[in-house]
Amino acid sequence: MKFSDLLFLAFSSLIRYPLRTMMLLIATSIGVMAVILLTAVGEGARDYITSEFRDLGTNLIIVIPGKHETSGGGGPADFAGLAPRDLTVEDAISLRQIDTIKAIAPIVLGEMPASFGGFERDVPVIGTTPEFLRVRRWEMREGDFLPGVTLDRSPPVCAIGKEVEKELFGTSRAIGQWLRVGDRRCRVTGIIDSDGRAIGIDVQKIVVMPVSLVTALFNRPSLFRIIAEAESRIYMDQIKKDIIRIIKKRHQGKEDITVVRQDTVMASFDNIFNVLTMALASIASISLFVAGILIMNVMLVAVSQRQSEIGLLKAIGAKNRQISNLFLTEAILLSGSGAILGLILGHSITLSLKTIFPTYNFLPPTWASVVSLFVALICGALFGLIPARRAAKLDPVIALSGEK
Amino acid sequence: MIQLKNLSREFQVGNQVVHALDAIDLSISQGDYVSIMGVSGCGKTTLLNILGLLDTPSSGDYILSGINTSEMNDDEMANIRSTKIGFIFQSFHLIPRLTAAENVEIPMILAGHSQKMRAEKVAKALARVNLTDRSDHRPEQLSGGERQRVAIARSIVMEPEVLLADEPTGNLDSTSGSEIVELIEELNQGGLTLILVTHDKEIGKRSNRVIRLLDGKIIFNQTQQGI
Ligand SMILES: Nc1ncnc2c1ncn2[C@@H]1O[C@H](COP(=O)(O)OP(=O)(O)OP(=O)(O)O)[C@@H](O)[C@H]1O
Ligand SMILES: [Mg+2]
Repeated sequence: MKFSDLLFLAFSSLIRYPLRTMMLLIATSIGVMAVILLTAVGEGARDYITSEFRDLGTNLIIVIPGKHETSGGGGPADFAGLAPRDLTVEDAISLRQIDTIKAIAPIVLGEMPASFGGFERDVPVIGTTPEFLRVRRWEMREGDFLPGVTLDRSPPVCAIGKEVEKELFGTSRAIGQWLRVGDRRCRVTGIIDSDGRAIGIDVQKIVVMPVSLVTALFNRPSLFRIIAEAESRIYMDQIKKDIIRIIKKRHQGKEDITVVRQDTVMASFDNIFNVLTMALASIASISLFVAGILIMNVMLVAVSQRQSEIGLLKAIGAKNRQISNLFLTEAILLSGSGAILGLILGHSITLSLKTIFPTYNFLPPTWASVVSLFVALICGALFGLIPARRAAKLDPVIALSGEK
Repeated sequence: MIQLKNLSREFQVGNQVVHALDAIDLSISQGDYVSIMGVSGCGKTTLLNILGLLDTPSSGDYILSGINTSEMNDDEMANIRSTKIGFIFQSFHLIPRLTAAENVEIPMILAGHSQKMRAEKVAKALARVNLTDRSDHRPEQLSGGERQRVAIARSIVMEPEVLLADEPTGNLDSTSGSEIVELIEELNQGGLTLILVTHDKEIGKRSNRVIRLLDGKIIFNQTQQGI
């Protein structure tokens, strides 16, 4: 029997029982769809978290206040931000003694009302140094980022995001204007061109000011974190040790900071999310197995319903293998088209979710599509095997006499 | 071409053994027209199933074209059924979802013949049973007689040597019944060996040979003068 004929015969019986076929298609497609959706959520979560770090420059070391027992490799707990002791601008300055560090960018975060003319709005304020621009790989649309600012010099200047510019200054030129932030005033020296997010904040909405100005503004010396850029990758572990040693000495011998390498953080996030996505994928695969069992049961019913047809096929010369191939093909055709339907559904739903929730990424990984298609096909084949065997083993005499 | 030697077929029903066929000796030569008659339950269908290699004897030998069928495996038997034997049933046994032409085509599909050859032979077989204009109809759109003619076309499409018919007119009115009988008799005149199970004495009389069964034994086996 030719393969195309096998397909034709299998297909003809699938369209003969449309309800049954629809039911099985839906069952399989739900399984595949679940795999696509859940892995899309997992991958989206990974992207959401790691994009934060991915956008950063290379060779970065991040110093976070607080010491966590689990921080050996630098897991996500390091970012929980529980700070038992302040990390200060002076701590950042002290790191200058490490000469393999190329740049130091301290970060202070907060929210303050910013106003110009009659307009006022609450804005996220970041206090840092010019190095932050390179570390974050931001582009300036206009002007300078924080001219003349260093760790210990804080002229009253600021850079603003595009949205801040638009909302506070409208069509008038922002550069050179004095912006009031809290009870301070600073001159706008640059407009940041980038969009996206930094430390979870929309870049277009921020105001960036010299670090010491912001600590004074919030009346709180503590830094959110310090980012240090190494001259080269090879110094990074040594720099980590030096940072811990220096800060420990400054903090009365207590090791109350966590120092992580940006690349290891990326790697461990990747691991965590790989595990998460795999777990989600395997949960979803269970529904594929359920669909497989459903296919098996329905095919078993089909075998007994179509006894006389099987008997007839044998009478006109069908070999046992041909009979079992016929039923197997039906099962695989069912699970295969169900899987394709599920892929279409899964991908169109993730696409529509993307448009509904643009801030959250739904990224169905390619492997999920490939794997779920194969798992569905294998399920169809495995669970189709038992009914196919049963059909092939049917005694033609009994099958023919069964019913008309 | 067909030889049965001391052939028996027993069925175990509960703790009772039913002798559906009991020590049958029979030989049928090529081109013969044999009718098998007898009361219900005498073993006619069982005999036909064994002749058609759908069933195997409990003891004894069935020699077909010089080959002892007890030495054949499943696939070899399927091959013989495909190429040498055609079946016609009382209840037609057409596949409802397929058209007349597709039903006729199935034996050739199973045998793995090419599309071109199939189209040719299917058309020929349908023409032979006068159903060319019905080839795209499904069984439910056909009358009983037409359905049986489709079944006959299907049974001859592989150009078998033997045609086994189990009460082919049993579900038909007398007019279409006699049309069917005429049709298969014509096929027999073309050289096809015809073995026909029937209750109809008139049909029995038209065959070259009548075999009468009772309780699985041949009680009457006579060659009669032609039609
Ligand atoms: N699969 C089976 N299991 C048990 N007994 C069977 C089986 N097939 C046939 N028999 C028995 O064998 C005997 C012969 O049956 P068979 O079907 O050959 O009769 P028949 O002559 O074709 O009858 P009818 O004219 O009613 O079709 C009957 O007694 C029947 O009950
Ligand atoms: Mg019978």
